[in-house]
Amino acid sequence: MSLRPPMVEVRGARKSFGAVEVLKGIDLSVERGQIVAIIGPSGSGKSTLLRSINHLESLNGGEVWLDGVQVNQPLHGQAFERHINKVRQQMGMVFQHFNLFPHLTVIENITMGPVILKGMPKAEARALALALLSKVGLADKIDAYPSRLSGGQKQRVAIARALAMQPKVMLFDEATSALDPELVDEVNAVMKQLAAEHMTMLIVTHEMRFAGEVADRVLFMDGGVVVEEGPPADIFRAPQKERTRTFLKKYLSA
Amino acid sequence: MLGYSMDFSLMQRVFPFFVEAALVTIEITVLALILGLAAAALAAAAKMSRSAIPRAIGTLYVSLFRGTPCLIQLFVLYFGGPQIGINLDPFAAGVIGLGLNIGAYMAESIRGALVAVDRGQAEAARTIGFSRFQTLRKVVLPQAARLMIRPLGVNTVALLKGSALVSTISVVELTYTAQRFIGSTYKPFEIFGVAALLYMIMVYAVARIVDLLDKRFAIV
Repeated sequence: MSLRPPMVEVRGARKSFGAVEVLKGIDLSVERGQIVAIIGPSGSGKSTLLRSINHLESLNGGEVWLDGVQVNQPLHGQAFERHINKVRQQMGMVFQHFNLFPHLTVIENITMGPVILKGMPKAEARALALALLSKVGLADKIDAYPSRLSGGQKQRVAIARALAMQPKVMLFDEATSALDPELVDEVNAVMKQLAAEHMTMLIVTHEMRFAGEVADRVLFMDGGVVVEEGPPADIFRAPQKERTRTFLKKYLSA
Repeated sequence: MLGYSMDFSLMQRVFPFFVEAALVTIEITVLALILGLAAAALAAAAKMSRSAIPRAIGTLYVSLFRGTPCLIQLFVLYFGGPQIGINLDPFAAGVIGLGLNIGAYMAESIRGALVAVDRGQAEAARTIGFSRFQTLRKVVLPQAARLMIRPLGVNTVALLKGSALVSTISVVELTYTAQRFIGSTYKPFEIFGVAALLYMIMVYAVARIVDLLDKRFAIV
């Protein structure tokens, strides 16, 4: 057993939107370098769980920890604001709809965070951005505006932007759901490369095949609870729960 | 009406006086625009605040000034002001009245543009670690700026035309000057025609400026 705390830990997470409870007490622990895929039907709470880790949703109960630091500390006002801004710098998040800043070029999208938040010299940030863009295969697009890019290219830039902050963990919220099928692979390839580099990742996805290939562990969520979790081989080939079986049957037959 | 021949020489003779009066109209409009934009920025920020008191103040301001005639607002300020110890000359009362009035409309234009920026933009900025203020300044405002140019342009045109109202509190601008010439010429068709022409030219100029700004702020 390692003495270091887990990279991400969620304890008893509860979240309601109005009268609807979307997270009904979730526990989750992700070790360093581990890749966890979260699957489940729409409305199962998987995106809300991911967003709660980044505090885009604030929990009604429970705790979120990142590398031994509580994310949702009971601070108020400016004190919490300062705390969460620091914590978020250590988590990269990638969204379904990319959310690149359309008024900035590709390189500006990437250098903005390191320059403003970390005080990195512009030349250094530029070199870092270039290295990241080469890594995602878009070194020729540095001065392009996002509107000139395909969906797959946008998402790869968004991943580079998140990586530029040198995060401890990457959160992917249905990163390929908005892409044309033929563009999915180029984004998946980048994520696989990160996996090979032992980046800690939480991946909310509808792509069972990709989850099976890349994840160390798969969580199946439904109705705000984790129904079943385990290695992809167990979950996909020998699910224990009836609910998991019916869900997977629909996907695997499609 | 048919067969009436317009008095073009009268129109020519009054034209220089009207141009001078139009300059006063421009001056009032520009000053009221500056005041209005400042009031609008404050009111929009207040209405979008997370605390209830600024929100209530912002909402009260906007509903008060949009919910009553601008003419009544000018009268309250200019004629009613002295009763409560506010003595303004016509020009100052005109600028303040028009500015506060258009500010209420502009507040909604600004707020509408800010709200129209996709929520994912702010979320992406926040997840990188930017503060609320940095997110507003670096990500949301640059995108909202473009969305507010057209509505603010429409507000400015309304302000320019609405400035004719200050003639009722004896500010010597274009409409007031036109009225003064009626008494001596008895030719309102020509006189007001010249005034209308000058208003049209000024409105056209504002529209061109808005076009230029729109291009300048265009997102590639």
